[in-house]
Amino acid sequence: MGNYLPSTDYQQKEMLDVIGLDSLDALYSDIPEDLKLNRTLAIPNGKSESEILKFFSELSEMNTVYPSVFRGAGAYRHYIPSIVQSITSKETFLTAYTPYQAELSQGILQSIFEYQTMIAELTGLDVSNASVYDGASAVGEAAAMCRDRKRSVTLISAAANPEVIDTITTYCNSSNYEVALIPVVDGVTDKEALKQLLVENVSAVYIQQPNFYGQIEDCSDFAEIIHDAGAKFIMGINPIAAAILKTPGECGADIAVGEGQPLGMPLSFGGPYLGFMATTNEMVRKLPGRIVGQTTDDEGRRAFVLTLQAREQHIRREKASSNICSNQALCAMTAAVYMASMGPDGMKDVAMQCMSKAHYLMQQLDTIGLKRVHSGRFFHEFVTDCSDTDRVLAHLASNGILGGLPVESGILWCATEMNTKADIDKLILLVKEVI
Amino acid sequence: MKLLFEKSIDSRKSSFLAECDVPTIDLDKDILREQSLNLPYLSEVDISRHYSQLERRAHGVNNGFYPLGSCTMKYNPTINEKVAKLPGFVDVHPLQPEETVQGCLKVLALAKEYLTEITGMDDMTFQPAAGAHGEYTGILLIRQYHIKHGNVKRNKIIVPDSAHGTNPATAAMCGMEVIGIPSTEDGFVDLDKLRAAVGEDTAGIMLTNPNTLGIFERDIKQITQIVHDAGGLVYYDGANLNAIMGVTRPGDMGFDCIHLNLHKTFATPHGGGGPGSGAVGCKQFLAEYLPKPVIELADGQYSFVNDLENSIGKVKSFYGNFLVVVKALAYTMTLGNEGIPLSAMNAVLNANYLMKLLSECYTIAKPGICMHEFVITMDKEAKEHHVTANDIAKLLIDHEIHPPTVYFPLIVPEALMVEPTETEGKETLDEAAEVFLSIYRNAINDPESAHKAPVLAPIGRPDGVGAARNPILRYKNED
Repeated sequence: MGNYLPSTDYQQKEMLDVIGLDSLDALYSDIPEDLKLNRTLAIPNGKSESEILKFFSELSEMNTVYPSVFRGAGAYRHYIPSIVQSITSKETFLTAYTPYQAELSQGILQSIFEYQTMIAELTGLDVSNASVYDGASAVGEAAAMCRDRKRSVTLISAAANPEVIDTITTYCNSSNYEVALIPVVDGVTDKEALKQLLVENVSAVYIQQPNFYGQIEDCSDFAEIIHDAGAKFIMGINPIAAAILKTPGECGADIAVGEGQPLGMPLSFGGPYLGFMATTNEMVRKLPGRIVGQTTDDEGRRAFVLTLQAREQHIRREKASSNICSNQALCAMTAAVYMASMGPDGMKDVAMQCMSKAHYLMQQLDTIGLKRVHSGRFFHEFVTDCSDTDRVLAHLASNGILGGLPVESGILWCATEMNTKADIDKLILLVKEVI
Repeated sequence: MKLLFEKSIDSRKSSFLAECDVPTIDLDKDILREQSLNLPYLSEVDISRHYSQLERRAHGVNNGFYPLGSCTMKYNPTINEKVAKLPGFVDVHPLQPEETVQGCLKVLALAKEYLTEITGMDDMTFQPAAGAHGEYTGILLIRQYHIKHGNVKRNKIIVPDSAHGTNPATAAMCGMEVIGIPSTEDGFVDLDKLRAAVGEDTAGIMLTNPNTLGIFERDIKQITQIVHDAGGLVYYDGANLNAIMGVTRPGDMGFDCIHLNLHKTFATPHGGGGPGSGAVGCKQFLAEYLPKPVIELADGQYSFVNDLENSIGKVKSFYGNFLVVVKALAYTMTLGNEGIPLSAMNAVLNANYLMKLLSECYTIAKPGICMHEFVITMDKEAKEHHVTANDIAKLLIDHEIHPPTVYFPLIVPEALMVEPTETEGKETLDEAAEVFLSIYRNAINDPESAHKAPVLAPIGRPDGVGAARNPILRYKNED
C-alpha cells in the first residue's frame, strides 16, 4: 500500500518510452528467468502511516519502562538536555552521509572536528577518531592497533564489562591472535598477576576504569608496569567519570576507549551507542576509521576534510588498519551537543552527583544489611551481597523500580543523577520488606 | 565560521540538573584529574545557532538530489523516526528481564522474518552496526564453518577487483589471505580466472550483485557452483540489494551468507556516516555460528539463548543498533509485498532513464541496461581536455547536487558512479540531467573555470595534501 515513489504511473511510462522498453519487467532482462522470484513475497501487504504508528505504539507498549532505574552494567540512564535531541533530529544531519565531498559537507566535518577535540580533552590524549560502533568494538579495534608479528597476546582485566570481554575475544580470535584474562582480587585487577602474565609476546593490556564492579582501579602505575614489558596500555573509561577522574593521558595510557552512550544517548535497548577512541600522536596513523583534519581552501579560508585516509579500507584495501566505513557519526554529534550543553562544570556536576548518590545508596543498603562485597573506592556502581536476589528484584520491579543487575556475588547497583533521594529511600523501604 | 570553542565565554552556562539532594562525597585527591576539562562554556542559544549554522553548511537527502553511487541515498521517511522515538523503545535498558522487553524482541523477530524472506535466507542477526561490520560477521561465520569441519587450511577469500574496499579489508581482519581476481572487459567475474583461483585452500568468495558497475552477474549460478564445488562458501555484499529486492533473491542465486545495509536499502537515515545496521543473514547450515545471543520463541514468549557452543561470540555489545532496526521494520511493513519490488523496479527505472539522458554527452562505462546505478568514465575528457571526474563533481556542487561517487570502482578510470534511487521523481531527474549536460559542455569549452569549481559553496577546494602532511586533528586553546 505505502511507498515513497514520486513518479506517477504515467511518468513511469514516459521514462520507459525514453529508454525504449515497454514494461518495468523488461528492465530485468539480464536476470535469468529461473532466478526470478516470480511470486509475491511472503510478507504482509503494505500499511498506511496511521496503521504503522498504531502497530508500533502497541509493540512498544509491550515493553516495561521503569520510572526508576538502578541498573547500569554498561548502559546508563542520564538526564539528556532537550536541545540534544532537537539538534540531532535536524533533517540534514540525519540524511547526509559520510562527508566525502568537503565543500558540500563543512557542517558535518566541523561537527566531527569539534567532537574529536572534546574527546581528546576528556581523555587527555592527543587525537580522537570520528567514532567506532560502540565501546566493546572499540576495544577490539584498539587491540588491533597494538599488535605486531612478535606480540600477539592481548591481556584483558577480568574486571572489564563481560560484553566487552566477549567482543574483544571475538575480535582477537578471528584474526588468529590470543586473549588472556588478568585475575581480579577484591573487585580490582590483580597487579601481581598482571606482572606474571606480562611476557614478551604480550602486545597490549586492557584495563577498565571504573571497572565492571564500579571499582576505581589504582591507575597510578599500570603504565609503568605495562610499558616496562614493552606492551601498550589501553584504558577503557566511562566518559562521565572522566570529567573528574585522572585522565588516560595522566595515567600514561597509549589508547583510551569507551562507551559514549552516557553522553546524551538514551538506553534504546542497547543501541545505537557510540564507541570513542583517542590515542597519542605517535599512534595516530594506526587509528581506525574516519579522522577529520583542519586545512585551508584555495582562498586560504579555514576548511575541514577527511584526512590521513591512507589508513583506510577504500585506499589500502586488505592492508587497511580496519575495515570500518560507516561509524556512528550522528551519535558522535549527540555526544558533542551533550558536552557543549553541559559544559565543563555541568559534566563535573553529573559525575559528582552520580558518585554521591551511589555512595548514599550504598550506605542506606548497608544499614539494612546488604553489605558491599568489595573494599576500595567506587564511582557510581558497586556490588552488595543479597541472599534472595530474585525476590528483591521482583519486589522492586512490581513497584516500578528496575533494581541492580544480578551478578555472581550478589547485586550490581548503579545510581546516577536521575535517582533522587526520595527514589533511593523508597527503594530501601521496599528492599527491607523482603529481606 | 567559528568553532564552538571559539564561542566560549568563561562561566557562561545553562543548567539542566537539580541540586544534588544527598550529601556530596569528598574525593581523595590522588584519583582526580589535574588537567582542566577544556570544554566550551556556552548558553543554549549559542549551541542552537551554532548547529543551525553547521546545518546550512551541509547537504542531506532533504536538501536535494544525492546520487551517491553504492550508498542508496533514498528518502528517509519521517514516520520511521517517529516510531523509533516511542518511549517504549527508547527508555528500555538492554539488560532488563526478558519478560519486560517482549516488544523489542518482537521487533527483532519480525525484522528477521521479513528480511530473510526478501533475501532467501533462513536466519539473521542484527548485532552488526554497519555494512563493514556485517561483512566481518559474515566472513567469521564462514571461517567458523570451515574450522568446525576440520578445514583449518581454508584461509583464502577471493575478491574481484571491482569489489568495495571493505571486502578485502574485512577478509584481512578475519585472518584470511585475499586473492584478487580481475574482471572481464565487461566487468563480470571471469569464470576461467575463478576456476583457476579456487582450490583446497578456498574459504569463500565475496561478491556484490548487481556488481559495482551496476550490472547483474548473469552467470551467478555458475559462479556460486564453482566455489561450492571447490568446497568454499559464497558471501553476498548487500550494498546493492535495492536493485533487486522482491525480484530475485541472493539465497536463490546460491549465496550462503549475506549482509544488508539497512541504512541503504531499507531507508534508515545515514546520519552523516552512521549509525547504520549491517544485518547478517545466512542459510540454515551456518545458523549455529551466528553471534550470541539469538532469540527464541516458545509458548508465545520470546527469550534470549546465550548457551551456543558453536557461536562466533559477540561482535558488539547487546543486540546491535536496535532503533535502526525499528526504522527498517517500519519501512518494510509500509512497503509490504507489493511496495518492495515496485521500489526496486523504480530504482532501476530511474537509473536507466538518467543514464539515457546523460549518455547524450557522457561516456557510460558499460552501456546497455543497468540496474540501480551506472558508471560514467571521464577518461577521454581527462586526457583530451583535462576535465576530470573530480571537476564534474565540484561543478555539481555549485548546482546543489551532491556529486556521484568518484573514482570508484577502481577498474573504471575517472569514474563517476551515479545512483539516483527510486525516491526521485521524473522532473528531478530531468532537471539534474540538464545540469549534468550543461556543466559538461561548459567544462569542455572552458576547462580552466571548471578547475576553479565550486565557487558558490561555503569553501573552495580544500588543501587535502596539506591536511595529511601537517595533521591538525583538534582545536587547541591558545592559552
